Amino acid sequence: MDGFGIRIEGLSKRYGEGDTAVDALKDVNMTVAPGEVVGLIGPSGSGKSTLLKCLGAVIEPTTGKMTLGDEVIYDNGWKIPDLRALRRDRIGFVFQAPYLIPFLDVIDNVALLPMLAGRPNGESRKRALELLEALDVGHRAKAQPSQLSGGEQQRVAIARALANQPPVILADEPTAPLDSERALSVVRILNQMAQQFNTAIIVVTHDEKIIPTFKRIYHIRDGKTFEENGLALN
Amino acid sequence: MISLAGRDILHSWSKFVLTGIGLGLLIGVTLTMAGVYRGMVDDAKALLNNSGADLWVVQQDTQGPYAESSSIKDDVYRSLLSLSGVARAANVTYLTMQVRLDNTDVRAMVVGFEPGQPGEPGYLVAGRHITRNHYEAVADVKTGFQLGDTIRIRRHDYRVVGLTKRMVSSGGDPMVFIPLKDAQEAQFLKDNDAILNERARTAANPTLNRPGVPGLLEAIQASQNANRNVNAVLVQVSPGSQPETVANEVRRWKHLQAFTRAQMEEILVAKLIATSAKQIAMFLVILAVVSAAIVAFIIYTMTLGKIREIAVLKLIGTRNRTIAGMILQQALGLGLIGFLVGKVSATVWAPFFPKYVLLEPADAARGFVVVMVICALASTLAIRAALRVDPATAIGG
Repeated sequence: MDGFGIRIEGLSKRYGEGDTAVDALKDVNMTVAPGEVVGLIGPSGSGKSTLLKCLGAVIEPTTGKMTLGDEVIYDNGWKIPDLRALRRDRIGFVFQAPYLIPFLDVIDNVALLPMLAGRPNGESRKRALELLEALDVGHRAKAQPSQLSGGEQQRVAIARALANQPPVILADEPTAPLDSERALSVVRILNQMAQQFNTAIIVVTHDEKIIPTFKRIYHIRDGKTFEENGLALN
Repeated sequence: MISLAGRDILHSWSKFVLTGIGLGLLIGVTLTMAGVYRGMVDDAKALLNNSGADLWVVQQDTQGPYAESSSIKDDVYRSLLSLSGVARAANVTYLTMQVRLDNTDVRAMVVGFEPGQPGEPGYLVAGRHITRNHYEAVADVKTGFQLGDTIRIRRHDYRVVGLTKRMVSSGGDPMVFIPLKDAQEAQFLKDNDAILNERARTAANPTLNRPGVPGLLEAIQASQNANRNVNAVLVQVSPGSQPETVANEVRRWKHLQAFTRAQMEEILVAKLIATSAKQIAMFLVILAVVSAAIVAFIIYTMTLGKIREIAVLKLIGTRNRTIAGMILQQALGLGLIGFLVGKVSATVWAPFFPKYVLLEPADAARGFVVVMVICALASTLAIRAALRVDPATAIGG
């Protein structure tokens, strides 16, 4: 991928209108390079989830510009007609809880995304197995999600996020339910995957244990982002 | 693409199968209700077929002998035999009553008939036909009587000499066939006390007991005790004759009512069991609504239990039609399990019903289509709920 994985310029999001309007995001700027993992931290109500939802194309920002790779996906309006396909093919999601589909076995949880994108079942499962093996859970490919430990489930969730080789992964508190050892292991895996697949990864977290592991951190407070040194970006 | 619905069903198959069994029992009841209606219609047709008649000649201005009471003289058949187009004519009586066997009694239609004439049981499954003029009976197997049993009808005992099958009244009561004379006595004659009372009243009446007219009182009393009535005359028309033509002749010249087979079928099916049919139709409608409500509730509840998974599926780019298809397939799967369980249940328990339950393959096919349509419609509520799930709910905050 050329240039940057994801770039956000002057992004804002306003809920409501008139006197009841709330500015959840105010002129947010952020850049994450391919292969880079950045932390996004902030107190409750600071706008982390709103930013993640805007980046994930599940809510529409009010103003601003978002560029994915070399393609502008939002510039005061969506530039991509099919947001569902955008989420499926170009954005990976890792949630606070793994949220694996309980009625699919591990390999199909991962293979589902390529299948949804129209790839043949065999090819999708082969790709899924490669990812599971890369994440050291290949031996649990035929297991049901309920048979996995929390750490294993989260690794499967990461494999699922990588299944369609998206340029960006959004991770929403991925280590929240894990103990220190497993939390650090997940961050290590995210870093490794970012390097291996040249993916830009944004990790929203409260987890003090993993914050020091990020080379770059964005703080978000009152809808504005600041870099680690505390300087406002805008 | 993998079948999400199939995987979900396999994942929670026990819940699915148990729910399907519950629904299936309800569908079984629905199919049975339809079978009860079909059985009533078939009983009515069996009654007509077994009589072997082309025409039913009954009292004028009545719709007898099954729908209304009809009483005509037992020599009417002779004048009918003289009509052009009439091949055979025979008297019959019908009386629904309790027939006793030891200390129990069975509700049955007692049929009086003349051996070898229209109205006799078409075939026997055991024993023989009636050969004596009195006190022998042929019974339908549904009465529970056995060959050699002695049954009591009014004042007399009858020996069961033959058993027949599928000889039932339009109400589904099994038939007991006895000689016509015995049946006339059973239906029209009074008990001994009533006869003695009637004789005394007649003797005390100076108009009927004139001293100057010897033999008058005896003649009057004899006529009071004798019975010459039957309920109907069954007529078979000659080959090449039209029943409707013969019926018109009877109506015109004999001052009697005559019904063709089609008209009698109309009376039995459209009039006699019309109220029961409407009752059953109401049950069917209610059962269909209840089934739809149950399927809708189950599928809706199952869908609500998967809201988070649906949000994740939508977030990762699953099409709405894939999610809707998953819910629809589950509803149809539930309907399929329910229908299979219902069909098997209805088939197993139908023979144990006291009245005939006729499960027709065409009804089963119609029932299957209706179940599938109901399930598809019932799933719309759940599909609507699923499609309204915001993918953003998969992301915290």
